[in-house]
Amino acid sequence: MADSVKDRVIAIIAEQAVLEPSDVKMDATLEDLGIDSLGLVESIFAIEEAFDISVPFNANEPQESDFDISSVAAIVKAVEGLVAEQADS
Amino acid sequence: MKRVVITGQGTINALGTNVPETQEAMREGKCGIGPLEIRDVERLAIQIGGQVKGYAPEAEFNRQQIVLYDRFTQFTLLSAREAIAQSGLNFIGDLAARSGVVLGNSGGGMNTLDENYRTVYEDGKNRVHPFVVPKLMNNAAASHVSMEFNLKGPTFTVATACASSNHAMGLAFQFIRSGLAEVMITGGSESMLCFGGVKAWEGLRVMSKDACRPFSANRNGMVQGEGAAVFVFEEYEHAKARGAEIVAEVIGFAMTSDAADIVMPSKQNAARTMTLAMRDARIDPSEVGYINAHGTGTAANDKTECAAVADALGHHANDLMISSTKSMHGHLIGGTGAVELLACTMALKDGVIAPTIGYEEPDPECALDVVPNVAREAKVDVVLSNAFAFGGLNAVLALRRV
Repeated sequence: MADSVKDRVIAIIAEQAVLEPSDVKMDATLEDLGIDSLGLVESIFAIEEAFDISVPFNANEPQESDFDISSVAAIVKAVEGLVAEQADS
Repeated sequence: MKRVVITGQGTINALGTNVPETQEAMREGKCGIGPLEIRDVERLAIQIGGQVKGYAPEAEFNRQQIVLYDRFTQFTLLSAREAIAQSGLNFIGDLAARSGVVLGNSGGGMNTLDENYRTVYEDGKNRVHPFVVPKLMNNAAASHVSMEFNLKGPTFTVATACASSNHAMGLAFQFIRSGLAEVMITGGSESMLCFGGVKAWEGLRVMSKDACRPFSANRNGMVQGEGAAVFVFEEYEHAKARGAEIVAEVIGFAMTSDAADIVMPSKQNAARTMTLAMRDARIDPSEVGYINAHGTGTAANDKTECAAVADALGHHANDLMISSTKSMHGHLIGGTGAVELLACTMALKDGVIAPTIGYEEPDPECALDVVPNVAREAKVDVVLSNAFAFGGLNAVLALRRV
């Protein structure tokens, strides 16, 4: 299941960055991938739709959000956490 | 070139149902933002706004009017009535032909849209009220003002998101200055606080769930408001000849485009617009005593705007006052510049600078005198009013004390 979340998140990010999923490295930042603030908000929307979760993210205070967007790996981890939380509730 | 003065002002917004109430609330630093009372609010992530509460359309308009007037048109007409009554003008004959209406508005009849989409999509009905189109079109307010007051000159609506009202008032100013019109009824309105209107803004993830705190380090986004403000702009000699009470003089205007990004603001172009407005007004930056900021309370706007003010006004930026009244009435989108102009006329006429309320922590990137939390008495001669819209469209007005 963890791999599947990872693959699906990478696919969403790859589509936003117009890259092949294989070119999206786990340690890359969104900036590395050429994703700007609008691209970020659109990616979060796609993630919410794909996993039927609600991502706590406010563009005014990205660093204060519980949702870590510092790298692809961080985003995958955060989404895994939210998906697990939802399964528990 | 002719001179242009303001001889009437009217409003309804979260702070009050007229100008005296609104300016009193601004003086007291009152917050008009609170829990939204709208249908399906429990399905919204953002549940606050600067809503006009306790408003009953039936007390102001008859049944035939209500079926034709969306909430944004109602707010406009109430504001126009107050403004035109203050001016004492009666539009007949040649004056009617040489007077028009230019109003700012972004969303049109959003409540009408919301209600009728529910009818056809949610309720599955196949019939809507026959007046949906004339009610929701965003020139409806301007047209109804022209009809109620017999204004037969240039009449239209400007839709440039958050700069709509400033653009409208800038055009009204230019029409009179160039001799194209004698009087222009101008300003703007917005009524977007319905389920669809708020839901759309939620999507951008720039909204605050608790408060609008412009320039404060802990600001976390904008809060929507609703309402209208309308002004009577009049050619100076015309106003003087009839002994009208003059609220303030409009002395300059500039409008530019960033040509860059659909949502991110540009420091360079915001500064350029302020500089062009001061040049248009033939004033030196040192004359500016107060700036009514765009000040949305987002991370991006406020730091960009402060940097732009520092660029455009140089060292003098440290000596002037700048505040954002959106902290009190919320962001009225297409109507915002109009309600904010009331803070400018209050500064010029009454010598009271409206505060930026909700200010809690200094932000080194917004290190100007933002008049935190408490209004201040100060005599100012010249003010600027900023609006920097999504789409990269900028509009700055300059006004002088009379």
